[in-house]
Amino acid sequence: MSATGASSSAKSRGIAAIFLLTVILFAVLPYLLSTYYLGLVIEILIFALFAMSLDLLIGYTGMASLGHAAYFGVAAYAVGLLSLKLHWSVWSALPAALIIVTLVAALFGLLALRTRGSYFLMITLALSQVAWGIAFGWHSLTGGDDGLPDVPRPALASDWSLAGDRSFYFFVLLLAGTGMLLLAHVAMSPFGFALRGIRESETRMQALGYNVWRYKFAAFILAAAFAGLAGALYAYYNRFVSPDYLQVFRSAEVLLMVILGGAGTLIGPAIGAAVIVLLENVISAYTERWLIVIGTIYILVALFAPGGIIGFIRELRGRRVKS
Amino acid sequence: MLLFLLASGLSLIFGLMKILNLTHGSFYLLGGYFGLVVLQKTGSFVLAVLGASLAIALIGIIMERFFLRRFHLQQLPQVLVTFGFLFIFSDIATVIWGANPQSMPRPELFAGSLQFNGFYYPTYRLFIIGFGLFVAAFLWWLQDGTRIGAMLRASVDNEEIARALGINVSLLFTLVFGLGAFLAALGGVMGGPILGVYPGADFEVLLLGFVVVIIGGLGSLKGALVGGLIVGLLDNFGKVFFPELALFTIFAPMALILAIRPAGLFGRE
Repeated sequence: MSATGASSSAKSRGIAAIFLLTVILFAVLPYLLSTYYLGLVIEILIFALFAMSLDLLIGYTGMASLGHAAYFGVAAYAVGLLSLKLHWSVWSALPAALIIVTLVAALFGLLALRTRGSYFLMITLALSQVAWGIAFGWHSLTGGDDGLPDVPRPALASDWSLAGDRSFYFFVLLLAGTGMLLLAHVAMSPFGFALRGIRESETRMQALGYNVWRYKFAAFILAAAFAGLAGALYAYYNRFVSPDYLQVFRSAEVLLMVILGGAGTLIGPAIGAAVIVLLENVISAYTERWLIVIGTIYILVALFAPGGIIGFIRELRGRRVKS
Repeated sequence: MLLFLLASGLSLIFGLMKILNLTHGSFYLLGGYFGLVVLQKTGSFVLAVLGASLAIALIGIIMERFFLRRFHLQQLPQVLVTFGFLFIFSDIATVIWGANPQSMPRPELFAGSLQFNGFYYPTYRLFIIGFGLFVAAFLWWLQDGTRIGAMLRASVDNEEIARALGINVSLLFTLVFGLGAFLAALGGVMGGPILGVYPGADFEVLLLGFVVVIIGGLGSLKGALVGGLIVGLLDNFGKVFFPELALFTIFAPMALILAIRPAGLFGRE
């Protein structure tokens, strides 16, 4: 591989062009799609952000969390409760929700980061179940199993509501898009490379003078905060919050999105999210046995596409170059 | 004690093969359903216990041989595969047995209760306690007192050397996975008369099993036993005193123990 200056600047120009095209595409989408499909796109954006935030943990830092839905759900509940019970506007409810998620993640992180590997997986799962247990059991606050209905769509000012589908779409696009770009920025920063170093060898990074624990803690909280942003958006989108938001199934689903797309690539998990959201909507139109289908997908991905979609594409490309 | 049956299987599989088996709860649930079917067909509780457990053990062995074998020591694919099976089994169970809980009659021999110190103890519960202790003793003996146990411990400590010594490690692993599945199904059938068999039990039980092995320490029989006791007590008292926060009373102490001893009470790093 010899990357000359000319070709790399051509490459970055190519990336800029693709980026511009994507922005234009997403900007005109609401004028092309019906309400139903626009809803799907919103859902994809939200889950793409969610999956990318988990990728920061799994793909970059090498910490497999099975409780990522906890932060998604906590933020959703925070937004729901603040706007329903205290009638806060989006300007205060959304930042407050993110602060709450960060605090919860800091607490969980203190506990979970004492462990690694399978223990980490189990404790993140158990902690998310604590959150689920509270959401489910604390009926007077959270409505228990019934959830919180009628969460209002955000309004930027008293006469500027985002209740319409198009305006809400742009709201999600702006926030989720910013979140994704920030995540990509983090992943490409020296901080992101330090995380990759930790993934490869913690002891080596320690020997190089990195405070490994602090890096992991920061990654943990960052990932949780972005998951929280996704969760808050989802609460606004569905106008409803229920304990399902922080259930293990959701944690597992987002894990599948990450691996299906390709862990450690950021763009992969976003694609994975799109695939899963679309499949879920298409398949549940035909059959109620969605669990069997998604279970089979889990196994097939593990067996045949361990590198995910991105890994598969890269492999194809590599083959073409060789032949 | 039921928790011990469950956790010992989970712990065994993890301790020896480093597989975090998320399908474990499904083994429990399917064990319960299979037991129910056999019981209805034959009317014999003993046959139900044996038949269901053996059938589940077979499913476990097939899973290990054809799906998990190739992912030895690769954590993420293992999680994906076992999660996939968890979904599939739970959905299949709902298709076949419906969404309503099913109750299982107690075996007639243990239908009564014993009076002791003015309290009544249903004999079936006493029987389960005795049975759990018996299984614990058996597993102990298997691990520490037999040739197979020695081979197992050798394979865990140093797989390559064990292979070089002519021990068939992969066969051992398959058997262990089968045994773990067997134990989970055993818990499912034996627990049927007390707890009933219902959809969603697979998940509940899996989480409880996790907590038990986290508290006790993965891969430790003693840990599974002590952890099972602690979690069982916490669960019962929690449900009585803080019904709204039932899960919380289990998970909060677990988080505490983990914070102090990350490898659990009897685990080794």
